[in-house]
Amino acid sequence: MTEVGLTGPLPRLPHTGRVTQLRVVLSEWTKLRSVRSTRWALLIGAVLTIGFPLLFAAVTSSRWGHMSPHERANRNPLDIALAGVNVSQLAIAVLGVLAVTAEYSTGMIRASFTAVPKRLPVLWAKLGVFSLVAFVLSLPAVVIAFFASQAILSRHHILQISFSHPGVARSVIGGAVYLMLVGAFAMAFGAIIRSTAGGISAFAAIFFVIPPLLNVLPTSWNNAVNPYLPSEAARSIFSLTHGPHSLAPGPGLALFVGYTLLAVAVAAVLLVRRDT
Amino acid sequence: MIEAHSLTKDYGDKRAVDALSFLIRPGIVTGFLGPNGSGKSTTMRLILGLDAPTAGRVTVNGKLYREHAAPLHEVGALLEARSVHTGRSAQNHLLALAQTHGISKRRVAELIDLVGLHDVAKKRAGDFSLGMGQRLGIATALLGDPATVMLDEPVNGLDPEGIHWIRNLLKQLAAEGRTVFVSSHLMSEMALTADHLLVIGRGRLIADTSVEEFVNRASKNIVRVRSPQAERLRDLVVGSEVTVLALEPGILEITGLTAEQIGDTAAANGVTLHELTPQQASLEEAFMELTRDDIEFRAGTGDLEEAA
Repeated sequence: MTEVGLTGPLPRLPHTGRVTQLRVVLSEWTKLRSVRSTRWALLIGAVLTIGFPLLFAAVTSSRWGHMSPHERANRNPLDIALAGVNVSQLAIAVLGVLAVTAEYSTGMIRASFTAVPKRLPVLWAKLGVFSLVAFVLSLPAVVIAFFASQAILSRHHILQISFSHPGVARSVIGGAVYLMLVGAFAMAFGAIIRSTAGGISAFAAIFFVIPPLLNVLPTSWNNAVNPYLPSEAARSIFSLTHGPHSLAPGPGLALFVGYTLLAVAVAAVLLVRRDT
Repeated sequence: MIEAHSLTKDYGDKRAVDALSFLIRPGIVTGFLGPNGSGKSTTMRLILGLDAPTAGRVTVNGKLYREHAAPLHEVGALLEARSVHTGRSAQNHLLALAQTHGISKRRVAELIDLVGLHDVAKKRAGDFSLGMGQRLGIATALLGDPATVMLDEPVNGLDPEGIHWIRNLLKQLAAEGRTVFVSSHLMSEMALTADHLLVIGRGRLIADTSVEEFVNRASKNIVRVRSPQAERLRDLVVGSEVTVLALEPGILEITGLTAEQIGDTAAANGVTLHELTPQQASLEEAFMELTRDDIEFRAGTGDLEEAA
């Protein structure tokens, strides 16, 4: 860089465009796709969603001969097909948090809010773009995971279930819906807490720490409370069966969407009110 | 044009900006001068609506910044703290911001060339040197062809070539009729680029003047006199309004009289003068004089001991 000064006068813009929600969505899409770590994490999430079911299907097939009838009865083909969802949810949640908190840690948020000083369009666009990307990547991943794990199991003629069997399609697609909502839920916590460590901790506490803690409570209390936890309500979206102490898929979905909207509403209020 | 009315900002108990009122006009470079921590960056964040004022208001071209339909066309800002995602390339950083206003990819490429970042446009911004980071910040500020350009300490940490680049840029932007508002804690820097000055200390406005006025007001009219009859001259001029300092035999520094008055007195009394020179306070001295009471932490006040 040897030139001094601008290499010429600043060219004028022929026409000036206003900020619209659609334009902010386009901007957020550029932001999401242009960070290498995000692309890797999404790819790894998709690979895990497919890889774990393949692994479990192979292990179950090879161990089938050594299993007791009781153990065999406890095997569930959908648990195998959707095993990867439990793993990739962490990747999706961390990405959801990071998509917001990395802007704060790098200072990018000041540039974002200078371009869009009304701020809320940025939150809506981030939520929309990230949820859509999470769903569009998760859906083929869970469908592939289902058919691939079934293909492995079918070679041993075990644990066969048809996609058209009642509840199966709903569970498989539910796995992708689950991942999408978990990403949005985690993103809202990132926006509320504004720090990567804090946002991921909050998500981990809600999904992985509180549920086992409740096991310490008397069983009747635990049974009364447990189904309504965010993590358990969300889980019922992709569970094939539901027991007496878990919600049916519809109510579970509605409740978790409610939790997500609540977190988003808190994030929105804070986003507009707080100094940056 | 930027207009502030009694702009005030508290952070907890601390008042960062205290009832600032000013008008920043287009077509000239307005310098925003004050010691570190005097509230310059806070004022700029308030202008952009990044922080909300505790009281008062500040408008850009007649409206609150956030009420503009196309904010990047109104103000282009370079903040002191870096505002770039370190994992994104310069090109994608600019593109993401451009897209919010429907600004084309071609414009992004044009600006990258304009600030001389062509060769590194696809590299991660996190790997940029300070100078390259500043250039990216300038490109960001100019993206929307803004009527007002606001730069916070743009020359901080730059090499002489970079500093020269910024100075020329500021003058060019003002000559194009834009409002140019630039902060610095260095008076000497402001003297080279600014036409008008806002001086603040501890969040309060100390001066709102042209650079020339500022120096005149702060300087004390010291006249240096060399004379073989220095002692006699001292006795003639010294008085309640006039102080005389004898620096060394034969040389006086007289405060409180103009060179003309001293010369006339000398002639009337037959005192020979070998030198009669008005001394202007340097810009740095003028600045120190004005802000002396407003620097929050001075050396030797025991702050360090308390901190330790």
